[in-house]
Amino acid sequence: MSLRRKRGAGDSEETGAALNGFRGVRGGGATATFVPSQAAIIRSLVTQIAELVGSEPGPGEPGPGEQGLGGPGLIEDAFTGRAPDRPGPGLGSPGPGSTGPGSPGPGSTGPGSPGPGSTGTGSTGTGLGGTDRPPDPLDDLARLLGQTGPATPPDDPVLARLLPDAYPDDIEAAGDFRRFTEQELRNGKAAAARTVLATLPEEGGRVRLSEEEGQVWLRALNDVRLALGVRLSITEDFEARAADLDPADPRSAYIWVYDWLTFLQETLVHALW
Amino acid sequence: MSVAPAEVERPETDQEVVPDTPWITIVWNDPVNLMSYVTYVFQQVFGYSKRKAEKLMLDVHHKGRAVVSSGTRESMERDVEVLHGYGLWATVSHDK
Repeated sequence: MSLRRKRGAGDSEETGAALNGFRGVRGGGATATFVPSQAAIIRSLVTQIAELVGSEPGPGEPGPGEQGLGGPGLIEDAFTGRAPDRPGPGLGSPGPGSTGPGSPGPGSTGPGSPGPGSTGTGSTGTGLGGTDRPPDPLDDLARLLGQTGPATPPDDPVLARLLPDAYPDDIEAAGDFRRFTEQELRNGKAAAARTVLATLPEEGGRVRLSEEEGQVWLRALNDVRLALGVRLSITEDFEARAADLDPADPRSAYIWVYDWLTFLQETLVHALW
Repeated sequence: MSVAPAEVERPETDQEVVPDTPWITIVWNDPVNLMSYVTYVFQQVFGYSKRKAEKLMLDVHHKGRAVVSSGTRESMERDVEVLHGYGLWATVSHDK
């Protein structure tokens, strides 16, 4: 586990907003103030989580591509583990069925389809690099029976961490559990991301969360940190390793974001306690 | 789903497990989840006191895992589902 010892590493570079993270408010809930770039980072990352778990923000929710981040392609590709290679902002796609920039390969099932396994309920074809599992015949049976989820863990390590196995030593039981629960878990994580988008204005400013919203934010921030943690191979001694990292290393920017989100989450826990 | 074999063995004496409900929820250590957050989640999900939640959190942190609840298989699965919603790494086990 992680113990937050100090303030966000990059706080001093900001203009004063959110320097203190969240604080509790009278009557319950929490409040914090964000500058536009901070709001953009959070909105972009939670949107990626929503896309990754297979349920995008509604059409009314603007995507992160519409807001400049100062570092083009940096945060947008936080979870893909590769350099940005898509032309232009492409993550804020309006929803399932979007044709997207991807060129369909041979045997593709539809326009913009990223590949096998993309036709299931859990994939949205946004090219996030979150490669999902191959189709499983049992999945069709499960759907017939009114169970919507797959039985095998996701191939993508980020998704595998967000949607872990419930039975470590029993593949059959783990599969049964996953079939019954995974879609609901995905829905919950996507809903948490949407709550963040709904309560955090694009232009930043003061955010005032009810206790319930604060708890949803905690889960959403945690999902982002889990995802970044996998991509950055975060370990218990991450602070020591981060200090040794060459500032020119592209990962240092992500680590800055991770560190800041850790700080935010810590202050939010204490604000709600 | 598999059927659990009948067990007559007594559980380990240092575990708070009722003999006739031999299923447990385990939370595993991971480098990302905050100690404060994990404690908070234990309080929220199980209604544990802060003291008990902190002790369990420290068990997870230092021993790598902790049994956070015990009961029927169905209720353990519900606990795990909720904990996964919070991003904790939780599993169900049959406490043999």
